[in-house]
Amino acid sequence: MAAPRSFVWSRRIFLTLLTGFVLLPVYVMLSSSLKPLEDVSGEFRWVPSGLTIRPYIDIWSTVPLAKYFVNSLIVAGAATVLSVVIAIFAAYGVSRYRFRGKRLFTVTVLSTQMFPGILFLLPLFLIYVNIGNATGIALFGSRIGLILTYLTFSLPFSIWMLIGYFESVPRDLDEAAMVDGNGPLGALFRVVVPAAVPGIVAVAVYAFMTAWGEVLFASVMTNDTTRTLAVGLQGYATQNDVYWNQVMAASLVVSVPVVAGFLLLQRYLVAGLTAGAVK
Amino acid sequence: MTVTAQPAVGKEAPPGAPAPAPRRRPGRVRRIALPYLLLLPALLLELLVHLVPMVIGIVMSFKELTQFYIRDWGAAPWAGFDNYSLSVDFDAPIGKALLHSFFVTCAFTVLSVGLCWLLGTTAAVYMQENFRGRGFLRAVFLVPYALPVYAAVITWAFMFQRDNGLVNHVLHDQLGLTDSPSFWLIGDNSFVALLVVSVWKGWPFAFLIVMAGLQNIPKELYEAAAIDGAGMIQQLRRITMPSLRPVNQVLVLVLFLWTFNDFNTPYVLFGKAAPEAADLISIHIYQSSFVTWNFGTGSAMSVLLLLFLLVVTGVYLILTSRGRRGADA
Repeated sequence: MAAPRSFVWSRRIFLTLLTGFVLLPVYVMLSSSLKPLEDVSGEFRWVPSGLTIRPYIDIWSTVPLAKYFVNSLIVAGAATVLSVVIAIFAAYGVSRYRFRGKRLFTVTVLSTQMFPGILFLLPLFLIYVNIGNATGIALFGSRIGLILTYLTFSLPFSIWMLIGYFESVPRDLDEAAMVDGNGPLGALFRVVVPAAVPGIVAVAVYAFMTAWGEVLFASVMTNDTTRTLAVGLQGYATQNDVYWNQVMAASLVVSVPVVAGFLLLQRYLVAGLTAGAVK
Repeated sequence: MTVTAQPAVGKEAPPGAPAPAPRRRPGRVRRIALPYLLLLPALLLELLVHLVPMVIGIVMSFKELTQFYIRDWGAAPWAGFDNYSLSVDFDAPIGKALLHSFFVTCAFTVLSVGLCWLLGTTAAVYMQENFRGRGFLRAVFLVPYALPVYAAVITWAFMFQRDNGLVNHVLHDQLGLTDSPSFWLIGDNSFVALLVVSVWKGWPFAFLIVMAGLQNIPKELYEAAAIDGAGMIQQLRRITMPSLRPVNQVLVLVLFLWTFNDFNTPYVLFGKAAPEAADLISIHIYQSSFVTWNFGTGSAMSVLLLLFLLVVTGVYLILTSRGRRGADA
């Protein structure tokens, strides 16, 4: 059925306005990152008076951006790998077996997803400080400490999504694998995991993105050497001045890897998210 | 389900299994233990990052946990329900501020979720059929969702600057809508600024989910309706919206929880102390805890927040499941 003209026009107008709204900050980010400092400090201009790549050079020395980058990469990467691997086992157990406490487990996992991060922040902070005092193990301020706090959101999410995904893998497949002489773990890794690769990718992408953008735990649980990008980017604001062009350049640099990864893998992510949500 | 582990029994029997026992026995033990073994790492970590902190959080809320006791919180004196009565004493400054923050959060959440849903649904419905550039637009619309929160929100903070921001440049310099450049990150306008950023960041999720929901509606329904002479509006009302109901129920709940608990957006936009008009509850608790170093009251507020979320979610789930049963009947 051909859509009426009025529909096509209202669609054009709406989608154009929405695209403008969505891309406005992207344009500001890009154009401001190429402006000289006097340009971003004065009145806003749509068109830069002169283009310079100076901010992209200076961002690395104004703050130790490379160090923050590495920290973010380690923390987000480790939290992702850890939660996805553990979630694979847990989700397999839940989706393939009946056992006592199964419902309790799934309900607990689901409900912890709705709790605000601030609820876990205060106790974890105290636990870390006290473990440090008692044993000398410095969890507070360490990367490992931060990775553990990231599991508060990435683990329940990963388990929950993978349960949905594994349940969509036909049970006949892993039963057939077991008939062929594989154990349950053999069936998991030879059949279920390969069949659920899109779901696992989706969960990993999502977990990584969330950890990469996390601010709350990072702002409390890090120190000078373990600071992540989320906190480190605030360093471009000095007492006297904010280097807005550098802030924008750095924002763009830290965004490119995740946005590129996301757009490449969005097909999986969308399928994964919606398989979980629509069910 | 019943046949699952049977064929593997003979092969998998542990070497130490007693010989006279029936051959299936080791398999049975394995089968019962296996799910727990699979769950063990997850259980341990859940215990570590969720259950223990929650128990400690509840204990903390009954203690007088000021900065003097942070290093050795066991030594902090018991406060009984003092932290709670302090938090809900709405005539005193602390309770009053908490109540204010609660109302701000509720208003903010309702508006943000409503607008996110509206934008996401409209865009998804408009993009239900294929047209030129649809794939490209879809990728563009996902950009706010993919950008790291702090990078996106810092950019918005720049745009909302009074003297060198885009917003005032457009509203004041170019359109002349305001007499003088406004402050956006302090004062009453900060609520609007926070809402704009939150909607910008949140609507693509609604768009994604609704789009997936639309794909599950059989095309035949629309074809049949078109033959019966139903127009686009009628099709939207009679087919699209009812079919989306289960999707919307999940979507609204998730958006509600995310928005209500959001910390990242206000923190990056305003810093440690949000302006009064945009003082969201998670920032408020953070400030009560880490700026004034009173963990006891902070924990009591967290527990109250949790109770509120549990009640709202429970009521919502009961209401929506009843609605669904009614629709099925």
